[in-house]
Amino acid sequence: MSPLTKRIIPCLDVTEGRVVKGTNFINLRDAGDPVELAKLYNSEGADELVFLDITASSDKRDILLHVVEKTAETVFIPLTVGGGVRDLATIQDILNAGADKVSINSAALKTPELVLSGSQKYGAQCIVVAIDARKVGPRDDTLKPATAWHSEIWIDEGSQWEVYSHGGRHRTGFDALKWACFMEKMGAGELLVTSMDKDGTKSGYDIPLTGGISSQVHIPVIASGGAGTCAHIAEALTMCEAALLASLLHFREVSIQDIKRACAQAGLPMRE
Amino acid sequence: MHYSHLQHSPLKIFLIDYGSGNLRSVQKAIETIGFAATISCDPHMLAQADVLVLPGQGAVKDAMRHLKEKNLDILIKKHIAQKKAFLGICLGMQLLFTRSEEDNGHACLGVFEGEVKKFTTPKLKVPHMGWNQLNVIQNPYGYLTGIAPHSEKLAYAYFAHSYYVETPLQNILGTTTTYGPTFVLTVQTAHVLGIQFHPEKSGETGLMLLRNFLLTQHSQQSTFI
Repeated sequence: MSPLTKRIIPCLDVTEGRVVKGTNFINLRDAGDPVELAKLYNSEGADELVFLDITASSDKRDILLHVVEKTAETVFIPLTVGGGVRDLATIQDILNAGADKVSINSAALKTPELVLSGSQKYGAQCIVVAIDARKVGPRDDTLKPATAWHSEIWIDEGSQWEVYSHGGRHRTGFDALKWACFMEKMGAGELLVTSMDKDGTKSGYDIPLTGGISSQVHIPVIASGGAGTCAHIAEALTMCEAALLASLLHFREVSIQDIKRACAQAGLPMRE
Repeated sequence: MHYSHLQHSPLKIFLIDYGSGNLRSVQKAIETIGFAATISCDPHMLAQADVLVLPGQGAVKDAMRHLKEKNLDILIKKHIAQKKAFLGICLGMQLLFTRSEEDNGHACLGVFEGEVKKFTTPKLKVPHMGWNQLNVIQNPYGYLTGIAPHSEKLAYAYFAHSYYVETPLQNILGTTTTYGPTFVLTVQTAHVLGIQFHPEKSGETGLMLLRNFLLTQHSQQSTFI
């Protein structure tokens, strides 16, 4: 068996250089400072970190890059940055600031070639494609494939999940499983799959979605959305390579150590 | 962990900037362990280096092309032949070998005999991404001291690569890991250290490895001064 360990990845939502979403860090001098939080999670055993820039307006980009620089100077674990990654120049800026990977979401849906060119230029290992999906809803005939490649990944009778864009606001008409395979073909090095049905419910990951995609592709998959207990995380990690966590960690409901212990007891390889 | 500061170390450490990835994190890691490193693409400056550091990610073909554009391939080979210290990280380690399978075969620097191969084990996800264990094979130069197996905890390092090195040279093996095949992670001689994983992203384990190597080179140089 491969000793490659499963990863626990805290995700911080950042806007204008500050961590948003309610957090509950009583021991931190400044719980809104992404660098402070990155240090804390590093010391608690996080395997990687994700910064998601939720403002993602390009005029505020420099603030985020500064945060990335400060983090990469002090925390020596991998860092992924996502949110508003639209072109190669942005990818380059983020990597130059010290991030190891960029996460691309809406831009990939609009221009899949960005994934291809990013992967060719910087290597597949730094291109993460984020997929927001939910169960296929009622048929919408106003939504039609606009290009040839749309047709290939369009929802059909067998589709179970649809991809959403722009932070989950817009339907795309794309089948999540087909989209995942297409992104692998375009050179994605990793997929971050979020179940919008499960996100915030604490009722467990959408295993058929995240695990289903993981078994279809040959690249690592990070499961996201729905974690409420350590058992949920262990369940997701039997199928996926990593689990993304936000509020469960931010509100100190469980610690990374609790999660790792539970996963190790469930027989999963974890970094001590 | 606190590192004693050696900012006064006479070691001139240069990071080779050849347009291949993240130099800043490596530079900061070197500063954190008490040394100073300069990023440069200028062959005249790089020729003055006591320690050359070749980081890198991406494709062998692009990396070799960029190195050759400024004759940096020749500079690196000369530097190593003069028994000056060299540190290769990730792609920078793979480039030390004879050739790569990438692109139907591509020549590398040829410092060590060996081939860079793609992971092909069925059902194994590629890239090899995440934290994997280090198994120490031998530690004749002290680079691996304190990392494993002395500590009770297992040593883990962070990986992000799709190709691995296969070499017949047993004497240069430092550490190995298993992901499909068992393959070499660190190669070492008295002056060269090649690291397949990212020491600048592998927490204390990575920093300790960098520090051990630079301290060894520092003390070797100090004896000559």
